[in-house]
Amino acid sequence: MSSDTLRDVRPLPRARAFDVQGVSLTALSGLSAALIALMVAVILGDIVGHGWQAVTWEFLAGAPRNGMTEGGIFPAIYGTVLLVLLMVVALIPFGVGAAVYLHEYADPYAWTTQAVRFAVNNLAGVPSIVFGLFGLGFFIQFVGRSIDQGLGLDVVWGQPSLIWAALTLAVLNLPVVIVTTEEALKTVPREMREASLALGATRWQTVRYVLLPQAMPGILTGAILAVSRGAGEVAPILFTGAAYFLPYLPSSPTDQFMELGYHVFVLATQSPDVEATRPILYGTVLVLLGLTLLLNLTAIVLRARLRARLLGRS
Amino acid sequence: MALLRPGIDATRHRRMQLWRERFIEFALRSSALFAVVGLLLIIVFVFREAAPVLFDRETQREASVPGFFATPLWQPVGDVPKYGIVPLLVGTFKVVVVAMVFATPLAVLAALFSSEFASPRVREAIKPVIEILAGIPSVVMGFFALMVLASWLQQWTGSTIRLNAVNAGIALGLGVIPTIYTVAEDALRAVPRSYREASLGLGATPWQTAWHVALPAASAGVGAAVLLGLARAVGETMIVLMASGNAAIISGDPFDSVRTLSASIAAELAEVVVGSPHYSVLFFLGALLFTITFIINVAAGVFVERLRKRLAGA
Amino acid sequence: MRPSRHARAAVLFTLLAAVPSHAGRGITVKGSDTMVILGQRWAETYMNQNAGQVVMVTGGGSGTGIAALINGTTDVCQSSRAMKPDEKLKLRDRFQTTGIEIPVAKDGLAVYVHTSNPVRELSLEQLRGIYMGTITNWKQVGGSEATIILYSRENNSGTYVFFKDVVLGGRDFSPRAQTLPGTAAVVNAVSKDANGIGYGGGAYAKGVREVALKRTATAPAVLPDVKTVQDGSYPLSRPLYFYLRKKPEGDVRRFVDWVLSDAGQQLATQVGYFPLR
Repeated sequence: MSSDTLRDVRPLPRARAFDVQGVSLTALSGLSAALIALMVAVILGDIVGHGWQAVTWEFLAGAPRNGMTEGGIFPAIYGTVLLVLLMVVALIPFGVGAAVYLHEYADPYAWTTQAVRFAVNNLAGVPSIVFGLFGLGFFIQFVGRSIDQGLGLDVVWGQPSLIWAALTLAVLNLPVVIVTTEEALKTVPREMREASLALGATRWQTVRYVLLPQAMPGILTGAILAVSRGAGEVAPILFTGAAYFLPYLPSSPTDQFMELGYHVFVLATQSPDVEATRPILYGTVLVLLGLTLLLNLTAIVLRARLRARLLGRS
Repeated sequence: MALLRPGIDATRHRRMQLWRERFIEFALRSSALFAVVGLLLIIVFVFREAAPVLFDRETQREASVPGFFATPLWQPVGDVPKYGIVPLLVGTFKVVVVAMVFATPLAVLAALFSSEFASPRVREAIKPVIEILAGIPSVVMGFFALMVLASWLQQWTGSTIRLNAVNAGIALGLGVIPTIYTVAEDALRAVPRSYREASLGLGATPWQTAWHVALPAASAGVGAAVLLGLARAVGETMIVLMASGNAAIISGDPFDSVRTLSASIAAELAEVVVGSPHYSVLFFLGALLFTITFIINVAAGVFVERLRKRLAGA
Repeated sequence: MRPSRHARAAVLFTLLAAVPSHAGRGITVKGSDTMVILGQRWAETYMNQNAGQVVMVTGGGSGTGIAALINGTTDVCQSSRAMKPDEKLKLRDRFQTTGIEIPVAKDGLAVYVHTSNPVRELSLEQLRGIYMGTITNWKQVGGSEATIILYSRENNSGTYVFFKDVVLGGRDFSPRAQTLPGTAAVVNAVSKDANGIGYGGGAYAKGVREVALKRTATAPAVLPDVKTVQDGSYPLSRPLYFYLRKKPEGDVRRFVDWVLSDAGQQLATQVGYFPLR
């Protein structure tokens, strides 16, 4: 603290012809950025280099065979897609609704609004494994068990399954959708709201016919980011529905499912023959990585367009 | 929109519309409150399943809070289960320290580079690199650390234990770099241009401006960035589960294998009988993890608020 | 009104999707990771031979399977260890039965070392010392001067419990033992670690070398094979079990009978286990 004040009082050192400190700080910070880029390149290079040969049509469309040392990963792809679709269906109405409320309806200084913002911020920081515990404790042990008891069923809902995993991921991703939708709503100029209201439209009509269409890229961005994160998260589905191996595709929300991320974990730690599995493992990693990066790229492009619109206005 | 049929009283239509507006506002507000409810449900259900450790005599005979510190062993399966959580706390601490020591300078310096020194074109090139890094699922990072990074590190450092805290910590650090970078860069770029212009105008060099003006002005934001990264590192699961070796040892050597809180939950929970002491203990670990990350996140929120005030007051 | 139509469609979709399908659920088999390959092979062949039958096999560990049996979420539990008394009590509390135990195959639990390791045989006492942390250097058991790196299984596996009971006599593993989430991870780790030692199902031992075991310091050293496992001269052999809540009937009975038939037992040999007879 005191040295800081001292430094403030002292005149800054005069710039010399060759500024050693300056050059080294610039170089050091540039080096840091370069190092990060290098590490990303190394990781991607290793995975693409080892994985690309494994990714064939049979690999993508086939099922694991012979104790997962041969065959493909179609059930895992299918399960992942089903999982994120269910998640998005559950997530978008709540996420967009919350964002619209926060940005268009709520009094920003009301304590309820503050509470919602506090909750959203902290929900985003809850560790993913805790979401897994929550899914098990709430959805399976509480909601699922209650449904089974209410309907007099044996054990149908009160066990890990697709629906509970999807809902767990939906809660996990709620902040992502709320934040991106709100960002998008911020880009809609106030004049458009005013014009709509002045023409006699109600608040909801304004939201429905003016704001939401304008905010659509933002909502899409949020949905895509949520899907990308949902497809990659393993910890929350460990206890809520992912299966080690299934001989059939899930057909009901109460079925368990195979999932790409979990499949990577299983192949890396539990496959019966490590060497024989290696190409399949790398292939699975590549598919998962390709999927999440492609989704992220789409989100980046969408968001860049949104930002451009924002900049174009101001 | 229901069409206004001729013959229907216009005021009645207005009244219906009013009700609909109210209903929609109610629905939107409910969606927003859902975030609060979600957070509360997480707290209630994770703590509910952990409660027997604190309140149930039967469970306490096997596992109680004083008991957690009475033994240096974590051997939860056996005739006399031993739930010593000290090695798990030590393990978590070690991995997180390695991760933060690795990630913080890299991410903060890279953010400084991008906001202060880089040309717009270079800056635009760094962004997707960070987004790609952020998009790599943690199970993929864990896979990379387990299969590739661990072997490299063992060759370079000559450590006897292949899967150790350094290996897991570096992989974990790679995982939190995007969080730290993004928040820190946002904070740096939020520093008003007038600060920099004043500094440069007084004859300071760009690096002096960056180091003595921009960084201190954004320090609260950089602090928040580090805290958010810290919270992520504490809660991250798949990377440490796969890359740390999971031995529950109390040791200060960073090249020893470690077992973390999160990895213990992930590795053991799927197996335990619901309601057993072991089950409650794992939920207790989850509650602990939740509490730690929650406190860190709230602290980060305070920092962000302080930054906002400081920059707004300027 | 368009938005509510979307909303209604979404609700309808969720409801439709939410109708549980009992049809085609088939037999669920869950448990030991050691037995997953075996169970899968049985299921694959059985389903090929019996059209319309569905058997789904998942792993997670014997503890997982027994927990699932107690929680009512699986029909058959595959376990590489016997059920413990407290687990039987829990099962009785829920279902008024202590379960049905059916041995379905035998396994020789192998001890692996790196292929370059000169140590070829160990007595059970040496193995206990190694895993309890009293023997820490390969030199102490006739190897080269190097610290022994211990690899163990996660504590949810039957393999872990069996090893703890039989080799360690119920005492605790050295905390330095790295616990990995699957036997494959153990084999992989040992194959990359010149000073490593690990244990696991015999079917997994690829890329590592099995160590011959001696019951006492003077007894002959024995490697696991069909003969030594069946006559019990290999010290670390164990039965593998199916556990059920009630006497098998219907489809489950057909499957269990087939597993115990010559055809089923033959398959056990093919994937590295040993038939009962």
